Amino acid sequence: MSTPSTDIAVIGWAHTPFVRHTDKSETQLLLEAITDAISPLGLTRADIDFTCLGSCDYITGQAFSFVSNLDAIGAWPPKRDSHVEMDGAWALYEAWLRLQEGDIEIAVVTGSGRSSTGDPALIYPMEMDPYFLAPLGADPLTFAALQARAVIAAGIADERSMAEVAVRSRATGDVETLLGEDFIREPLRRHDVPPITDGAAAMVLATGERARQLVERPAYITGFDHRTECHNPSFRALDDSPSTRIAAAAAGLGTAPVEVAELQTAFTHEELLLRAVLGLGDEVSVNPSGGPLRHNPIMASGLCRVGHAADHIFGGGGRSLAHATSGPCLQQNLVCILEERP
Amino acid sequence: MSTPPVAVVGVGQTHHKSRRLDVSFGGLVREAVFRALDDAQLTMSDIDAVVLGKAPDLFEGVMKPELYLSDALGAVGKPMFRVHTAGSVGGTTAIVAASHVQAGKHRTVLAVAFEKQSEGNAQFALGSGKGASLGAGGAFAPFIRAYIQRSGAPEHIGWKVAVKDRLNALKNPYAHLKIEDISIEKVKASPMMWEPTRFLESCPSSDGACAVVITDEAGANAAAADGRPPAWILASSSRSEPPSFPGRDPVRPAAALQCAADVYSGAGITDPRHQIDTAELYVPFSWLEPIWLEAFGLAEVGEGWKMVDDGTTELGGSLPVNASGGVLSSNPIGASGLLRFAEAANQVRGAAGEHQVDGAKVAIGMAYGANNQYFSTWAVGSSLHPFD
Repeated sequence: MSTPSTDIAVIGWAHTPFVRHTDKSETQLLLEAITDAISPLGLTRADIDFTCLGSCDYITGQAFSFVSNLDAIGAWPPKRDSHVEMDGAWALYEAWLRLQEGDIEIAVVTGSGRSSTGDPALIYPMEMDPYFLAPLGADPLTFAALQARAVIAAGIADERSMAEVAVRSRATGDVETLLGEDFIREPLRRHDVPPITDGAAAMVLATGERARQLVERPAYITGFDHRTECHNPSFRALDDSPSTRIAAAAAGLGTAPVEVAELQTAFTHEELLLRAVLGLGDEVSVNPSGGPLRHNPIMASGLCRVGHAADHIFGGGGRSLAHATSGPCLQQNLVCILEERP
Repeated sequence: MSTPPVAVVGVGQTHHKSRRLDVSFGGLVREAVFRALDDAQLTMSDIDAVVLGKAPDLFEGVMKPELYLSDALGAVGKPMFRVHTAGSVGGTTAIVAASHVQAGKHRTVLAVAFEKQSEGNAQFALGSGKGASLGAGGAFAPFIRAYIQRSGAPEHIGWKVAVKDRLNALKNPYAHLKIEDISIEKVKASPMMWEPTRFLESCPSSDGACAVVITDEAGANAAAADGRPPAWILASSSRSEPPSFPGRDPVRPAAALQCAADVYSGAGITDPRHQIDTAELYVPFSWLEPIWLEAFGLAEVGEGWKMVDDGTTELGGSLPVNASGGVLSSNPIGASGLLRFAEAANQVRGAAGEHQVDGAKVAIGMAYGANNQYFSTWAVGSSLHPFD
């Protein structure tokens, strides 16, 4: 039942500069990103039939923070519009469903966040079970370190292979030097964890003929699925990612090889784990963009993975995979397959 | 191009109360979910995907609660989706869940929305803890005053809406506020909150949840064959407009007019006042009823208050509005929109119990959010072609 009834393609995307901190508001960031995504296609905001935004009040530090972002999409006359309190990759999922209803042709989805304005160690415990886990105050680094230990114990990664992921992703440093650094949460060192990044991304989708009119090489979404898992990390096998496996199977990963995989792996061991779970061999280029280890704009990071995977198709590639995640220790995972043909 | 037919086959809600200290967040949503599944004669294993809606996470202090609630909602191994479109979110949750089925991606989807206001302080959260907050009542009062000034409506209209919805709530076993001795005099004597809105013209803060099971044509036909009428989704729409600029009319928002037009054209409704049998409109403060009657084409401009005055919108009137008691009687914010959609569905299923509108074949459920900016609406029917 997962075959789309309508051809839907990514036809363009853009992101703001990724910086450690910007004084621009989320609305300003989105204004830039949306304009940069639609202008090269010859589209204006009036051409957009549907918008879906992804952002998180807790990152912004304000209830209803997404409401002012309606200014960035230029929702006048009023737009068919929605918002997910999730990464923009899930906004993309909603738009993909909506476009299959067939009555509209062009959608814009966004992801945006300024994580520099908050303290991740204070904010992220708030996404945990409020009765049993949030009161522990464990931060994302702590949960990631627990999973890293499990992944190492399972023989899927070791400290050296993790450092190699960091060097490749950031295209800087050398493994020996990195391994000489102190732990910040054993077995994680500074290079194993993502940077704090402010930024936003916007993506344009189009259906059928309209996509082919607008660009020479649309990146067709041929498979799309996401799955969640049990919340409490202590009830999960942390050296596995069953939700990623189910989503990848449902998205049709197994039917043909991919050339590129963009994974929302903010920690080095996560990349090694997902490579194993997805069965990605050395012939697959993983995170050629540098991935979240290089730039990690929270709430846009997953959408950027789809954008970079689409870039591979725009540039002549045949098939690519994008992954996005949410929650502690990869609780919830999304897989999107892009191809040169519908 | 038309989308495949989809329908509501199960509806559940909690008994809404100020404080549900007896249940966790998970326990609260499960009450609604199991009632909806029982109603649909399905189990969690029949559900292919879950869509969760709620208002700002700051209300309870739990960020992205779809993560923690994955177990309670039986979503493990399934897609779990989280919507947030301000006060309209409950309605949008139902629309997005329906979209999962319409796209052919899933067969049966559970839409769930909740709020547990007692766990936090919504008024504090509305101001993001940064200072004093007007609250929703303070934000809407200028729009209400503008409506009164334009329409020349007499001041007792707001009191009448409050009395009507509170009387309706007495017929709804799930309603939060049950004021047995409600009267115009009592409303009039209640404290002034935000001129002209009095205390008894305002919604409560509630803990509560609502769940709706949406399935495909085969599932709906199977329910119908078993003597459990589905509510067919005739059309739906979500529209938004920006916060504030010269020319925006928050009393008659363009997004509301467009949302109504989308739904009516999709459902084949050409004369909403007469083709719609009952409406569940999002009315958290009494005067929003005539405002939305007009914006949604159920009354001519400037005439909505007259339908309140002459009893048209009462349970025995020719167009009952909020037969359930509405948001004025139960307000678990994130769920309030889904409750409107669910109550509309129950009306056309003939499942509304004591507050059933006789012979209801077509109903609309509507929710709105932010400063009259986000609008979600669906029209449901007792058949797919109710006007043939």
